[in-house]
Amino acid sequence: MENVKDLLLILIGSSLVSNVVLSQFLGLCPFLGVSRKTNTAAGMGTAVIFVITLASGVAGVIYKFVLERFHVEYLRTIVFILVIAALVQFVEMFLRKAMPSLYEALGVYLPLITTNCAVLGVAITNVQKEYGILTGIVNGFATAVGFTVAIVILAGIREKLEYNDIPKPFRGMPLVLVTAGLMAIAFCGFSGLL
Amino acid sequence: MKVNSAGERLYNGIVKENPTFVLMLGMCPTLAITTSAVNGLGMGLTTMVVLALSNLIISLLRNIIPNRVRIPAFIVIIASFVTAVQLLLEAYIPFLNKALGMYIPLIVVNCIILGRAESYAYSNTPLPSFFDGVGMGVGFTFALTCIGAVRELLGAGELFGFELLPDSFEPIRIFGQAPGAFFVLAALVALQNYIKNARKKAGKPYEKIGSGCTEDCMNCSDTNCGKRFYDTADTAGTKKQLQETGKAQDKAAATETIDGKKGEK
Repeated sequence: MENVKDLLLILIGSSLVSNVVLSQFLGLCPFLGVSRKTNTAAGMGTAVIFVITLASGVAGVIYKFVLERFHVEYLRTIVFILVIAALVQFVEMFLRKAMPSLYEALGVYLPLITTNCAVLGVAITNVQKEYGILTGIVNGFATAVGFTVAIVILAGIREKLEYNDIPKPFRGMPLVLVTAGLMAIAFCGFSGLL
Repeated sequence: MKVNSAGERLYNGIVKENPTFVLMLGMCPTLAITTSAVNGLGMGLTTMVVLALSNLIISLLRNIIPNRVRIPAFIVIIASFVTAVQLLLEAYIPFLNKALGMYIPLIVVNCIILGRAESYAYSNTPLPSFFDGVGMGVGFTFALTCIGAVRELLGAGELFGFELLPDSFEPIRIFGQAPGAFFVLAALVALQNYIKNARKKAGKPYEKIGSGCTEDCMNCSDTNCGKRFYDTADTAGTKKQLQETGKAQDKAAATETIDGKKGEK
């Protein structure tokens, strides 16, 4: 039971309390870049959930069975980035061959995720916090869900903002950043949860 | 100043193409670690070391790295330097290592470094490339320290840890926390837009301002964008290239035949 409780805490902690974009600033580029419409934002979110969950699993396995076994933990940054990049391309090729419909939906987002710092960030956090493989996967999944929640909310707000009369210098990015800042304040409220 | 001389490169990186204030690159670390001026300075210097050394090495190896696997090769070189720097920080400046935490390994995916490797070091001689890295690094350090100082001053009333503002000033705590970073950046981009508009009106060049990836990532026209792992330069050849890059990638910088010393370039 203790174990399940821990996993639940990680699930809530990583998705809401220390949200990956709004409190750790990882994955800002897609967060700001692909949040113009709700449905593209949701697509990006799904792709991120898919990739991060998979990547944290693979990175966890490689860390445990290769890097730790041969005592070369210091190589983790190099190994993780290569593994993630290779993984994303492999996933893209696999989806194109095996599941064309899913590829249609997610394909365009995959190249953008390759060097998304959130993916590498999760893999490194898992190592730093000494999570096991299963815990790491749960943490990755929760982080990605947090990303999706944030980007979909932001896209919803941006759709509403489109018709407003905004001072000229604040049009475009500045207003999006102010919105993100206000969202970050709202997400600060979750810190009482744990 | 002579083009590609050391001095010109330094000026270019610090003023003309300042990575943060002008190009708007590498925003993740900029926002995350600028809670105080010291952290900003530390992060900036760390990035500068990596940037200058990786530029130097990539420039030295530019005739050996095949064009097709260049990005994975760049990443391996950059990641090696980041690892070395991280170990050095852990050993000699542990407090900085603790303050920057996971953002040190994340220097690998900082668009500035990959961007400079791709757009400058890969096609220029070693010495200017090195100074290009130093210039960009100093520009980045300067920007981070400034943002950190503003946030520290507003959020805690201090500067570099010294109390500066009188007690009657109530610190705006939010500037030291996550939301404050977004507000500071918003103000910065707004200022940049203002300057851009003013320059547009006056008929001065403005294209470089804010040309980083703050706009729509999906429709980014910048083919040199470091966030794209593979070439998008020619859309016709891209598909084929994707598959080839995929296969060749695990070997990364390894033994691929040197195909015509990057004949496409």
